[in-house]
Amino acid sequence: MADMKIGAYICKGCGLGERLDTDSLENIASREGKADIARQHDFLCSGDGVAMIRKDIDEEGVDHVVIAACSRRAKTDAFRFEDVACSRVNLREGVVWIRPDTEEARETTQEMAEDYVRMGCAEVRHMKVPHPSNEQPRNRHVLVVGGGVSGMTAALEAAKAGYAATIVEKEDRLGGHAAQLWRRIPTRAPYSDPEVPEIDALIAAVEAHPDITVYLNAKLKKTSGAPGRFYADIETADGVVTESFGSIVQASGFKPYDASQLPEFAYGKTPDVVTQLELERMAREADGGPIQRPSDGKAVGKVVFIQCAGQRSDQEGHLPYCSGYCCNASIKQAMYFKNQNPDIDTVIYYTDLRTPGAGGEDFYRSAQDKEVIFSKAVVKEVTPAEGGGLQVRLHDLILDEEAVTDADLVVLATGMVPNSGVNIEALTKPNVEEEGEGEAEAETEATIEVPVESILNLDYRQGPDVPQLVHGFADSHFICFPYETRRTGIYTTGPVRRPMDIAQAVDDATGAAMKAIQEIENAARGRAAHPRSGDLSFPEFRKEGCTQCKRCTVECPFGAINEDEQRYPVFNESRCRRCGTCMGACPVRVISFENYSVDTVGQQIKAVEVPEESEEKPRILVLACENDAYPALDMAAHNGIAYSAFARVIPVRCLGSVNTIWVTDALNSGYDGVVLMGCRKGEDYQCHFVKGSEMAHYRMSKIFDTLQQLGLETERVITHEVAITDIQRAPGLINEMAETIEKIGLSPLKF
Amino acid sequence: MSQDLNTAMVEKYRNDFLKEVEEKVEEGEWVRMCMQCGVCSGSCPLGPYWEHPPQEIFMMIRAGKREEVLSSSSMWMCTSCYNCIVRCPRELPITHIMHGLAHYAKRLGLAPKEQPTMKFAQLFWDNLVKQGRVNELKLGLSLYFMNGFSEGVKTALKMAPVGLGMLKTKRMNPMEMVGGHKVKDLKGFHAMLKKAEEIEAAKIEKQEAEA
Ligand code: SF4
Ligand code: SF4
Ligand code: SF4
Ligand code: SF4
Repeated sequence: MADMKIGAYICKGCGLGERLDTDSLENIASREGKADIARQHDFLCSGDGVAMIRKDIDEEGVDHVVIAACSRRAKTDAFRFEDVACSRVNLREGVVWIRPDTEEARETTQEMAEDYVRMGCAEVRHMKVPHPSNEQPRNRHVLVVGGGVSGMTAALEAAKAGYAATIVEKEDRLGGHAAQLWRRIPTRAPYSDPEVPEIDALIAAVEAHPDITVYLNAKLKKTSGAPGRFYADIETADGVVTESFGSIVQASGFKPYDASQLPEFAYGKTPDVVTQLELERMAREADGGPIQRPSDGKAVGKVVFIQCAGQRSDQEGHLPYCSGYCCNASIKQAMYFKNQNPDIDTVIYYTDLRTPGAGGEDFYRSAQDKEVIFSKAVVKEVTPAEGGGLQVRLHDLILDEEAVTDADLVVLATGMVPNSGVNIEALTKPNVEEEGEGEAEAETEATIEVPVESILNLDYRQGPDVPQLVHGFADSHFICFPYETRRTGIYTTGPVRRPMDIAQAVDDATGAAMKAIQEIENAARGRAAHPRSGDLSFPEFRKEGCTQCKRCTVECPFGAINEDEQRYPVFNESRCRRCGTCMGACPVRVISFENYSVDTVGQQIKAVEVPEESEEKPRILVLACENDAYPALDMAAHNGIAYSAFARVIPVRCLGSVNTIWVTDALNSGYDGVVLMGCRKGEDYQCHFVKGSEMAHYRMSKIFDTLQQLGLETERVITHEVAITDIQRAPGLINEMAETIEKIGLSPLKF
Repeated sequence: MSQDLNTAMVEKYRNDFLKEVEEKVEEGEWVRMCMQCGVCSGSCPLGPYWEHPPQEIFMMIRAGKREEVLSSSSMWMCTSCYNCIVRCPRELPITHIMHGLAHYAKRLGLAPKEQPTMKFAQLFWDNLVKQGRVNELKLGLSLYFMNGFSEGVKTALKMAPVGLGMLKTKRMNPMEMVGGHKVKDLKGFHAMLKKAEEIEAAKIEKQEAEA
């Protein structure tokens, strides 16, 4: 560190020059911040200002740059100096825009700016330029698990983009469930009639592509490694082959819901009650001719469709969700009858009809035009009638009355159950509560029987399959980051991710293939995947200091850390999302990133001047998540919303990266309050790192003992869930802490 | 005759009331296209007072509730405000279907006998046919007496000040009570109506013949 050269640059534009004493800031940068070069500029982000910095880097050997100007979220293109360590001091959104432009506010505003300059200089001193890990090569080979429509599409799309693909399919043929359909929901205007599925054409295209390899009757015996260097043991009748892959697309599809759980609809009691999939087989056999009643071969004169059979219900054994495709499927199947013979009565009983997709509404209208009757009703019971046929008992929701109708055939719209393998969270407890518990957990883990067959058989410490989000679907966030499972480089697609029909699966799989390619390229460059896309820094750990406590391994939301034989953590750079949750977890603080560490934040906390008690100027440390809370504070500044001049805000990668040492150090050095702002946690979380905010909340719930030991009030530390839209609320939370301090008094720990 | 037509229709369509509506009621072929969103019922200023608002009527037709629909007073409640037509996402000509249903019910003799809208419509028609113009004085008075003599006297007395006021300001001519003015070519007008009635009768006859 001896030959480090720090350059500090203070901007006077955007009103900074008028509101702040920039000469004093320059002074502080050189005297206290020990900057070798400190300069001011009228408009630092202008070509001239940037050139000034560039010149110092190129000619003066500056390798650590402090830019005291606007928020790190602004002017990112102008201030992109990738060859040096760089710290941004937020004088604009962080100081002048959140303080009133008045004479009495001038002093505290200036103090705020000065502290931030000190913090920037302290931070940059402990930063290094991140270098790629070079841990893995560019491996242009995608493993596709599952050979249905999703899997075949993903493989084809990857191959078309120049990346080889290997499909592992457990059945003896490609095509999945789609290959069993007689017709499919239309994909082309005018969306008025079912279409031929053309799955054979898709299969032929896959088989003909030179860059696609297909293993049938195959399973993954073991999957290990990390993006860029995955290894899969593919087991077939001929033995096991091991191949290496850059990334993985899991398109393991769905199982049809087991209709025998619906005795109320007489399923299994009479062959005249069938599921949609069974009707497809009957339609294939009829192939355009009259469809016959299974019990006696009589041509069907009236068919009743029961929507949401065993779905959207919280009854035991039912699916709580909507499978999304079955309304359109019933419409399609009703047309099988109407197109063959318009005199056949077809009634669809639904509670809510949902026809997603571009042509859904047209398709529905077309069915109405063909005199398919749609009736809003809850079907209560289906019973075989005396002398053949069925009786359907229902409650009409529009006319609010009980009714009975006859039918020759009843079709149940049962849903999809994701084929997502083992629910690893049912195997392991989500976090290590106390030290030592990891030990016990490891033992129970080995004895738990795996009830479902694993899809991937991952050789990860965290379990053999990807974590599930909800109802068994494997994803990490349906809206914000689709495909991204909590295992980097493994992308789920198709109905294993969320229920969908063929058309949606094709779109979905194309997206997943793009993700898989992106990850191959990122891994090759040592760059992070979503959400810190492109980040080169990754966690490093000092093995000598590690106590093998396992916290990092267990708390990493992405299962990036394995264990070696001596139970030391083994970090996998390309599996890591760079959230820093491991860094926050480590009790002995041996985990760090080149440009983000216990020191880069800890030293900022120390750099703040804590005024003596008599000055009555409290200090509030705000650790704000850079994804939501920090932008919310920036936007508050854009809207001219003021907050306390006593706050010192430090952005963190994720609240999960907050090491409790920062909080205790701050309190020990006389800060009066600490506010932590992370994203929403829990079931409908918004945390970009899924579990980071949750971990932080959990850790902070334990900090009260420490506070008591220090003789401090528990109100001095508070953790909030903040959304990016909390533009009014976020500054309000800081002010609340200022009020609390006013009430309970300054910290007794000042010296 | 209308009773016979009704029996004929029942027999022709058995329990397929939807088909009957599609073939016999003006704009009836639209009924199957309703998607039961309820926007029409919610938009209808009179909806809350209907026995069965439009959405429900359409559902009842599909459920084959012939008697209940045709003898209902509901479609007689429509004021032709067109709110529903403007809002229906499926673009059903709801107003026209309501009138079509009312007309069909009346033809079959199933419309409720004491339905005031229907009674007034008849009064209006009879009044208009006489001179080719609506005689407002007579129409008003017959409206007062629509529900019997004593009620008519009561209403007439109540309305007397309004009538006197109108007389004073020459908004009403008492001489209209005798004769009243008429269209220029009354004979031609009556001939036109007769022709229209013939066409209509032929249509119905054909329907019955088909049945
Ligand atoms: S906790 Fe975050 S930073 Fe640490 S290894 Fe896991 S993904 Fe990487
Ligand atoms: S690196 Fe830290 S958290 Fe991880 S096992 Fe070692 S001591 Fe525990
Ligand atoms: S608004 Fe139209 S579609 Fe909706 S219920 Fe009424 S008629 Fe049916
Ligand atoms: S036109 Fe008739 S049915 Fe439609 S909203 Fe108006 S009154 Fe109601």
